[in-house]
Amino acid sequence: MFKYLKQLFSLVAMVAVLFTFTTETMAAKKSKTLKNTQKKGFVRCGVSQGLPGFSNADAAGNWTGIDVDVCRAVAAAVLGDANKVKFTPLSAKERFTALTSGEIDILSRNTTWTLSRDADIGLTFVGVNFYDGQGFMVRKSSGITSTSQFKDGISACTNIGTTTELNMRDFFNSKGIKYEPVAFEKADEVVAAYDAGRCDTYTTDKSGLAAQRTKMSNPDEHIVLPETVSKEPLGPVVRQGDSVWEDIVRWSLNTMIEAEEYGITSANADMMKTSDNPAIKRLVGAEGEMGAAFGLDNEWNLRIIKQVGNYGESYKRNIADTGILPDRGPNELWTKGGILYVPPSR
Amino acid sequence: MNFKLKDIGPQLITVIAVVLIFGFFTYNAQVNMENRGIDFGYGFLSQESSFDVQFSLIEYDGSHSYFRAYLVGLLNTILVSVIGIILATILGVIVGIARLSPNYLINKFAAFYVEFFRNIPLLLQIFFWYFAALRALPLPQDAEPMFGISFLTIKGLFVPAFIWQNFNIFFYSILAAIITIILIRNHAKKLQETQGKQTPVLLISIGLIFILPLLSFLIGGVRLSFEVPVLKQLATTSFIYEGGVSLPPELIALALSLSLYTATFIAECVRAGIQGVGKGQKEAAASIGLTPNQVLKLVIMPQALRIIIPPTTNQYLNLTKNSSLAAAIAYPDLVLVFAGTALMQTGKAIEIVSITMFTYLSLSISISILMNWYNKKIAIQEK
Repeated sequence: MFKYLKQLFSLVAMVAVLFTFTTETMAAKKSKTLKNTQKKGFVRCGVSQGLPGFSNADAAGNWTGIDVDVCRAVAAAVLGDANKVKFTPLSAKERFTALTSGEIDILSRNTTWTLSRDADIGLTFVGVNFYDGQGFMVRKSSGITSTSQFKDGISACTNIGTTTELNMRDFFNSKGIKYEPVAFEKADEVVAAYDAGRCDTYTTDKSGLAAQRTKMSNPDEHIVLPETVSKEPLGPVVRQGDSVWEDIVRWSLNTMIEAEEYGITSANADMMKTSDNPAIKRLVGAEGEMGAAFGLDNEWNLRIIKQVGNYGESYKRNIADTGILPDRGPNELWTKGGILYVPPSR
Repeated sequence: MNFKLKDIGPQLITVIAVVLIFGFFTYNAQVNMENRGIDFGYGFLSQESSFDVQFSLIEYDGSHSYFRAYLVGLLNTILVSVIGIILATILGVIVGIARLSPNYLINKFAAFYVEFFRNIPLLLQIFFWYFAALRALPLPQDAEPMFGISFLTIKGLFVPAFIWQNFNIFFYSILAAIITIILIRNHAKKLQETQGKQTPVLLISIGLIFILPLLSFLIGGVRLSFEVPVLKQLATTSFIYEGGVSLPPELIALALSLSLYTATFIAECVRAGIQGVGKGQKEAAASIGLTPNQVLKLVIMPQALRIIIPPTTNQYLNLTKNSSLAAAIAYPDLVLVFAGTALMQTGKAIEIVSITMFTYLSLSISISILMNWYNKKIAIQEK
């Protein structure tokens, strides 16, 4: 008996040593993500484990999606080649640890921007590439057409480690409905369980619902309810403490959106160099010193537009043409009734 | 003096090396966390968790603390481990004995079971029992009642709840029965040692454990009624059972796959244990006039158990640790609730993983201590 107690004590002591953090501070180090990326020759990008339209790999291992395009844009800007990206598929649970521990340099994985994530856990959100909201999917045969028809005892399948899990509680609590949360680690397992009939409803971001619906055994049997129960601004995330890298990712995304605003596409980008509009010329590297502040050349933004395309092209290619969400809704430019509005590149 | 240094020298170096390695990891983690603006601390444990859990043994919802969520996960891990250990032991003993059966069919069937289940990765088995078997289960509205009161459906097993009146009297009657049985056993042992008299202890024990609780019903005023689950319509094609007790399919699938998998290893331990007792022992016992029952109870089993217990302890530990695969099928165990959702919502990776590791360590050490105590008890007592 005493033998085990002794072992136990020595273990406690070891753990105590491991977690006794001294308060000594270290001088802030210079940012080096850009340097490392250029040395390695590829951008390390964390994506989902397969969400059509956002980040999804085909049978040959080629990644596509609007989240993927953000990483490709950064690769085009800093390395000159949009294909020099190493994608790491991550579960919702793993994603932030992978970023903070330095396994990846950009997390572009339909991640909701919230205060606690931005402020607490060593992350910085650089922008929004998709405005989303949480919704519910049900079987058509259930006859449910609105969340107001939900009753006590309803079971809801979702992912763990997401804002969905918290919003779900807020939603059902505010309606006073007792519910059974069934939370899986991987999206594929959530879909399989819901599809099998384990749950009455499947809840996640509406774009996610639309994308996952295409994976079901019979997509026509399911509908997404009209209500949106939360705000889910999704965007790329970088580690806190490397402001240059943060700016590169932010302005790569902004360039794609602003290019659409000025009608610059992958096809006409080169011709736009001779445009009369200085704003357009700045976006294709024909005027000003727009890359110097990042330590990049002047055509970094031209490469993004030529190799990846503007935001509208990316949306059309990945989300509209694949039938996931043909209607751009809030993700239309501010000039066309949407809420996509980015600061000017100047 | 020199002799002493030689003695403790290597140990001293080992200790210093371990401290240095841990010190380096600690320093490294601290510097990196500071650079990234991550705070370290266990204060989050008392904050409101604000997420719900599907299945909990204690009262819990999102308004409780993260610590409470930790307890929920821990209790669920213990629950599935205890169920798994009990089922695996029963099945393992049966299959282990069946493998020694002279009956060709029973023998081969047991051998097939063992080889089949222990050679397929556990995670695959869990997925099979959850996703494949789950799909085959009926929807609540189509479920056939079992014994008219229970329903096995895709949404779980719904069984009646017990509603007790004067439960404490029933409880005391069982307690009284157990105490009486222990007294009788001691007395019978003394009788046997001093006068060589045999007492039918087993029969008396079985009688007591039934008669005393029965009396509590007849004259003690204990009443038991059942709350049978009732089908409730949620929407046109969506139903659920209300009332009674519901066991989620995640728990059933996990307990089933863990026990089916671990039972194969326990069966091999049991077989090895029984085969490890020499044939001569049995023959010698029979030759001094012991009945076959006495031979098994007094000669074979005490020796076989000594071989069986230590490797079986390992299997119990494995089962407990393997229960962490629960996360794959949404059973809210410690890993899913605490090292999953709580970790994600707080971002306190190092804190939560360290607590979780330490918890599994404590669980395993507890099982070890218990089993070692039992092993010592049944070991040869040198007199």
